[in-house]
This record gives sequence, C-alpha cells and structure tokens, in this order.
Amino acid sequence: MTTKRIIPCLDMTEGKVVKGIQFVSFRDAGDPIALAKKYSDDGADELVFLDITATVENRPILLDVVANTAKKVNIPFSVGGGIRSVSDMRQLLLAGADKVSLNTGAVKNPKLITDCANAFGNQCVVLSLDAKASAPGQWNAWINGGTKDSGLSAVEWAKEAARLGAGEILLTSIDADGTKSGFAIELTRQVSRDVPVPVIASGGAGSMKDFLEIFRDGEADAALAASLFHFGELTIPELKRYLSAQNIAVREIL
Amino acid sequence: MITIIDYGLGNIGSVVNTMTALGVPCVVSSDPFVVGSAAAILLPGVGAAGVGMQNLKTRGLDSVIRNQVLRGIPFIGFCLGMQLLFEYSEEADTVCLGILKGSVRKFRAEKKVPQIGWNTVTVSDSNPYARRLFDGIPAAEFYFVNSYYPVVENPDMVAATTRYGETFASAVAYKNLFATQFHPEKSGAAGTILLTNFIKENL
Repeated sequence: MTTKRIIPCLDMTEGKVVKGIQFVSFRDAGDPIALAKKYSDDGADELVFLDITATVENRPILLDVVANTAKKVNIPFSVGGGIRSVSDMRQLLLAGADKVSLNTGAVKNPKLITDCANAFGNQCVVLSLDAKASAPGQWNAWINGGTKDSGLSAVEWAKEAARLGAGEILLTSIDADGTKSGFAIELTRQVSRDVPVPVIASGGAGSMKDFLEIFRDGEADAALAASLFHFGELTIPELKRYLSAQNIAVREIL
Repeated sequence: MITIIDYGLGNIGSVVNTMTALGVPCVVSSDPFVVGSAAAILLPGVGAAGVGMQNLKTRGLDSVIRNQVLRGIPFIGFCLGMQLLFEYSEEADTVCLGILKGSVRKFRAEKKVPQIGWNTVTVSDSNPYARRLFDGIPAAEFYFVNSYYPVVENPDMVAATTRYGETFASAVAYKNLFATQFHPEKSGAAGTILLTNFIKENL
C-alpha cells in the first residue's frame, strides 16, 4: 500500500509565493525556489505549484519559475494554472513538472482531460477542483481562481473527470481554505468514495489533528497545506512523527 | 555521458535535472543515429504505452533501442520506460519492444488506480546486480505513478517487488539492463542513492 502523502503547496503570483485567505488578500510568503528546496529536504512527499492568477489574467504560466523550481526538487512536482492545451502541458513537462493540474480549462473543454491523458498518461493529469457548498451536503465546482460558479456539482464533475482520464483529484474546499479550522471532511469523503482515483484534500489545515482526521475520516490519499508550512507553524518531520504515532502510514525520511 | 531518449513524452525536464544534479552529462535526443551511437541510454517514462510505442516507431527508435540493449550498453528505464521493454501491454493493446519476456497488466485488486504515491520496494536477494544497485537502501519507499505493472517471465531478472493489491516486479536488473516501475528521479534521498549506484557501476 502507498503511504499517505503530505504536500506543501506553493500558490504563486508574479513569481512569488503568496497565500490567500478564502482565495483573497494575499500575503507574501517568500521565494518559491528556496521554499521548494526546503520542503524537498524536509521530507515532503510531493510539491504542488499553482499559478493562481494565470487564468484570470489570461496569460501563460511562468515557465522559467517552474524550470528553476524543478531543478531544486527531487520529489514529484505538480504544476497548474492557465493550462489550455496539450502543448501547454508538454511545455510544463519539458520545464521539469511531473504532473499538470487542469481546472478552468477542463471545465470549459472537458476533452482537454482526455487529450492530455492520451498524450501523457492519466497518471500525470490532475483535475484541480475548487468546491464551494451550495446547500447542506452539496457542493459546486468553481472556476477562474474560485471566483465563478461553474454550475457543476463538484462530486459529479470529479466522477466525470476521472472517467475522462484524470488520474488524481486535487480537491480544494473554498469554504475551508485559509480558515485553519480543519479540512472539509464530508466533501472529501464523498469524492474519495465516489471516484476511483486518488484524492488530495486541500484547504483548512490548521493543526496536526486536522491531518489525522482528513486521512482517517475524510479518506483522503494525500493532504495539502500552504500557510501552515510557509509560516513555520508546523514542520513536516513533526507532522509525520505525529501521524505515524497515530497509526497513519507515512513515508519515513531517510 | 548518458543519452536520454526524447520520444515526445515523459518528464524529460525532470530527468535531465536529476542526472545533471548527480554530475552526469546528458544529451537529449530523438535522433536514431545519436541513440544508436550512445554509450549509455536512459528511457524515461511518463506517458501511455500506445502513444509511446507509436512515437518510438515513427522516429525509428524502436529497433535502435533494441539493438543497443542487445549489444550490451548500459540501459536504464523508468516507469513506461520499463514497461515498453516487454512484449505486450494491455494499455491500448500495444505490442512493445519485446526485449524482455513478459507483459504489462492493469491493476485489478486495488480500488484506486492509478497507484500514486510512495510504496515499499523489497530488493531481491538472489539478484547480484540488484543488490549492488540498491546497496544502502535494502527496503525503502520509492515514488510510483502507474496504472499498469509488468509481469516478468524470467524470475532471475526481478530486482525488486512491491505490493499494491497484488505483488509485482517493481524493478528488473539483468546484465546491462536496469529498469524501475517507480521513479527514482522523484524518490528523494532513496532515489539519489540508487541512481548514484547505477552511475558508479556503469558510467
């Protein structure tokens, strides 16, 4: 069995790491390359890099920042933001990304998922899904950096994306994001049970217990956090020691 | 010097970064003449088997790779770069390079496919090349992303096994050939030790 993954996320804009609270009011959290290297050395299981304003600013992702970050990491490195075509994806893989996440581009053109999966294998196509509650126990997928309701049910869209060829779902709860009050357990569990591919839970991490709960109760395969790690409130080695003591299988650091 | 084969797929940037960081000069090429005269070759692997084989054939690389491996130059393959060595893959019903006897099958036992994440790799004690390559990392976790896995016909070639629903050969090591289903270039310190051992032995 694979171990549960701990994934620091670098939300980027204009070449810098920022962290929003419920997707707005960004604080500068530092240099992406230095942070990526630190997390890689600290025992992070993967890194996610999201160019969060690429879509709304209608510009391509910052390839040079991706390339320079990739040089410093020897763990899986997933990149997303503003991807519209197979050729965009190939550019990112050539720059050193291992996986590419699709969000708005896939909602607008679901065939993009299939085209990318056919070209590179579904294991390197991640569907990034920003979900927001629409009613109790129901969520919609939001697009354009969490600013627009797509009208699609988040759970149905996750299922459809997996069917089209997405190999993994990066599931962010807009409601939980930046609150540090815990991951969206019910949402994550429902998606995890309904889709046949791994689910990365994102949004709301505030404590080590939140990670335990999202793995144990939310049935997530991986958990992602940003500010908690960026601002040094929690380190990856201490989180892994804690989870291991709680009988959650995590990768040991050599 | 190692020649990294560009066949239109794969995390080539990532592989070049890793080899460069380990001090190995790399050439990235899709030219059959360059690959055909290479001293050592690396076949990377993020991609689908059908497109992968088709791209190798279109570029005239399939027979060149086969000849080079049979000629005995050091070869290393990752993920799809391992799967393509076998005779056949269930993925898109693909006839592969046929350098190794065996086929590639889809995971059936586990609920979540692809397998994505870190899993334990147990080294085969009876394979001397494998023992040298995994020296210093007898049982460690490596990073996997795969929906398919190889079924190796000759048990002497198996370098390591891993369990994901079923137990499968996660690496083969035989004569001049070494290939892994996992991604050593993405496996942190364990991957670095493995690749350093490969480089010491071959380059």
